Amino acid sequence: MTRAWARVAILMGGIIAMSSTSSEQAPAQTRPEGGADAIRPFRVNFPDEALADLKRRVAATRWPDKETVGDTSQGVPLATVQRLARYWTGEYDWRKCEKRLAALPQFLTKIDGLDIHFIHVRSKHENALPIIITHGWPGSVIEQLKIIEPLTNPTAHGGTAADAFHVVIPSLPGYGFSGKPTAPGWTPVTIAKAWATLMQRLGYKKYVAQGGDWGNAVSEIMALQQPPGLLGIHTNMPATVPASISKAMASNQPPTDLTADEKNAWDQLTFFYSKGLGYALEMNNRPQTLYGIADSPVGLAAWMLDHDARSQELIDRVFAGKTEGLSRDDILDNVTLYWLTNTGISSGRLYWDTAQLPARGGFFDVRGVQIPVAVSAFPDEIYCAPRSWAEKAYPKLLYYKKHDKGGHFAAWEQPTLLVSDLRAAFKSLR
Amino acid sequence: MIRLSLTAGLGLYLIAASGQVQTGGPDQPTRNEIAMSQRHASTEPGAAPSEGAAAIRPFTFHASDQALADLKRRIAATQWPEKETVADTSQGVPLATMREVARYWATDYDWRRCEARLKALPQFVTTIDGLDIHFIHVRSKHPNALPVVINHGWPGSIIEQLKIIDPLTNPTAHGGKASDAFDVVIPSMPGYGFSGKPTGTGWGPERMGRAWAELMKRLGYTRYVAQGGDWGAFVVDYMGLQAPPGLLGIHTNMPGTVPADIDKATHAGEAPPSGLSAEERRAYEHLLYTYKHIAIYQLMASRPQTLYGLADSPVGLAAYMLDHGDGDGQPAAAVVAALQRTSSATGELTRDEILDNITLYWLTNTGVSASRLYWEYKGGFFNVKGVTIPVAVSVFPGEQYQAPRTWAEKAYPKLIYYNQVGKGGHFAAWEQPQLFAQEVRAAFRSLR
Repeated sequence: MTRAWARVAILMGGIIAMSSTSSEQAPAQTRPEGGADAIRPFRVNFPDEALADLKRRVAATRWPDKETVGDTSQGVPLATVQRLARYWTGEYDWRKCEKRLAALPQFLTKIDGLDIHFIHVRSKHENALPIIITHGWPGSVIEQLKIIEPLTNPTAHGGTAADAFHVVIPSLPGYGFSGKPTAPGWTPVTIAKAWATLMQRLGYKKYVAQGGDWGNAVSEIMALQQPPGLLGIHTNMPATVPASISKAMASNQPPTDLTADEKNAWDQLTFFYSKGLGYALEMNNRPQTLYGIADSPVGLAAWMLDHDARSQELIDRVFAGKTEGLSRDDILDNVTLYWLTNTGISSGRLYWDTAQLPARGGFFDVRGVQIPVAVSAFPDEIYCAPRSWAEKAYPKLLYYKKHDKGGHFAAWEQPTLLVSDLRAAFKSLR
Repeated sequence: MIRLSLTAGLGLYLIAASGQVQTGGPDQPTRNEIAMSQRHASTEPGAAPSEGAAAIRPFTFHASDQALADLKRRIAATQWPEKETVADTSQGVPLATMREVARYWATDYDWRRCEARLKALPQFVTTIDGLDIHFIHVRSKHPNALPVVINHGWPGSIIEQLKIIDPLTNPTAHGGKASDAFDVVIPSMPGYGFSGKPTGTGWGPERMGRAWAELMKRLGYTRYVAQGGDWGAFVVDYMGLQAPPGLLGIHTNMPGTVPADIDKATHAGEAPPSGLSAEERRAYEHLLYTYKHIAIYQLMASRPQTLYGLADSPVGLAAYMLDHGDGDGQPAAAVVAALQRTSSATGELTRDEILDNITLYWLTNTGVSASRLYWEYKGGFFNVKGVTIPVAVSVFPGEQYQAPRTWAEKAYPKLIYYNQVGKGGHFAAWEQPQLFAQEVRAAFRSLR
């Protein structure tokens, strides 16, 4: 992108990410330019004006009044969002995050007509297992930054050379630095195919896939599609709910023979379906109406903080000064990335597009994956998948581990646990 | 920050200055404190005494120049999303619609015109159940006028009812007779417009029903009727259930008539049961359509506080408000048509009125507080509530569903009036004020 082009982007207030197509930093796997499947290097660099405008907007926030309850039942509490805003305009420094991103090899390649952004870090270990890791909503590649080094360089992080992975972390279409679709049709089904294309384009003949949230949907659908070379998947938000349970849930009649773990999952799911789904329904149906998350940084931040009850409470604690798996910087790096790329609505559209698919099941309903699957179950996930359900959902269950801490954003919150699971899970597939 | 100041002779001035945290420090008087200091100024003839807890204080709204300039500045600085990826309204309010609304709003639109209309009306604030309730109160010159309390809904306000005030209070100038006259009371719901914002829970339609009864009593009305659509229809249904002394009957333009089995089946999205008449089947199908378009209400019902963008972004607020549907579309077909209408000799809805309403929400910063009503309410929607006092029903063709007479007769055992009119929709009083006024006159004729 030329400097003049960047200025236009600033004036338009749109995406300001600048990518260089020069070959100066092109690593070995970059293909020659010009072809339809060219892989171009990508660097993040937002202009100072964009950052100043963001701080100005946050400082000028007009607030609603405080919620009328003493808990989080009406949404993200005013106190949390005001603390977040204070930190955002004060100590917070996006450039630190940008520097971390800039240190990673990143690329763009066009798949199905859309620019797909990805981080690609190869291990120095020869027999490293290639893995494609998919984030979800309201996530981004920021969620995965902490696991890159332990996965690619295991000997420096308590592992052996035999634990090494080559890591590919794409941005979903409409998310982060990937292109924004201008027509409907980008669903987990097309994304799964695109990821297989990406891995093939990178020259990987044998690989595994990993994900949570939308990343789980994409990974499970890849498993259903069984592209050549996909050995297995790992999920930290498995879809294991048996059909009989889904049916019982629809009529709100809990079976009497649930185990303790199953009863816990039942309670978590009924809470989510009755109280926690509002944001998803709105994005399923009316993503475009959310102009306030494009125009208001605080509107965007609150919208993203309200993903699920346990994560939101964790974030409340973090901004109240507690030390947890996520830091204030982690949270704001991700929100700021959404703001600077103006992807609040384009990311929300994945819900709408997916809702157009015929005969879709529930988000957590068993999909019928036949290839090997590994599961990490975290207690504060939307629901903690019981081993009994996972065994039925995945006939080739390679690995199952239930943790005693951690929630929806496993890679972000509990990178060490997730890395150790990934090493153990895929050992038998190498 | 909502700040209040006094100007001699004009009562209360509520100044909403944007861009600051809206939690008043100790040096900032609350709306209530200032309002209380005004109680001696009440000069409303026939009103209850202006002393004590039941004081009725005059009210006028005047936005500061600063608040209006800030609004235009924010609109002009809007960060836009990209265009929707479809060619219809299935993803929400289209970008082109919002761009055009924003362009007009930031340039030629003039809030002061609306403000002047409001200032011409007698308005008051009185504290009921611990909350300041704002209302317009216009008495007819005709001695035997029937008092009526009229309730707006979401995303509405008293702006919805402005065009029916004169036809109702002054019928002889609008094709009616002196015997058609009403004394009109139009409150702002708690959390809406110029009423106070609840700081605790519990202000659902049931409590509003009781508050409106108290308001009418406080105004000295011993016999009156109530009218409403949208949330206002819930409030009048609950008033009908509560049957306070003096309430003769209600008129609703969004009646709750759906029989229990049908209500359950429509919520479950089932195919129409057999045995429905053609009219009932049409209502059934409309309900199915409606229940597929309720995500924005489900969001407000579960997470109203998370909608910070409604407080901080004028375009975010406008889009959210415009995305209320009617029987003909989402956004409401009547509202989409109004955005193209720059003026109307017959009182049809215009672009300015749409923006008057949105600007009122913006200046009072009530997007979130108004949304909380959905969170508060746990009851059914179009189901039968069990009202046994006299009820009048007007069915507008563009409403969410057209209540069949058969259902209305079962829902309201004392159905005193039922009429299907030829035009108008969800925002009936706003869209078709003349027709609406005729309906209200006809509805209550037998109760005078």
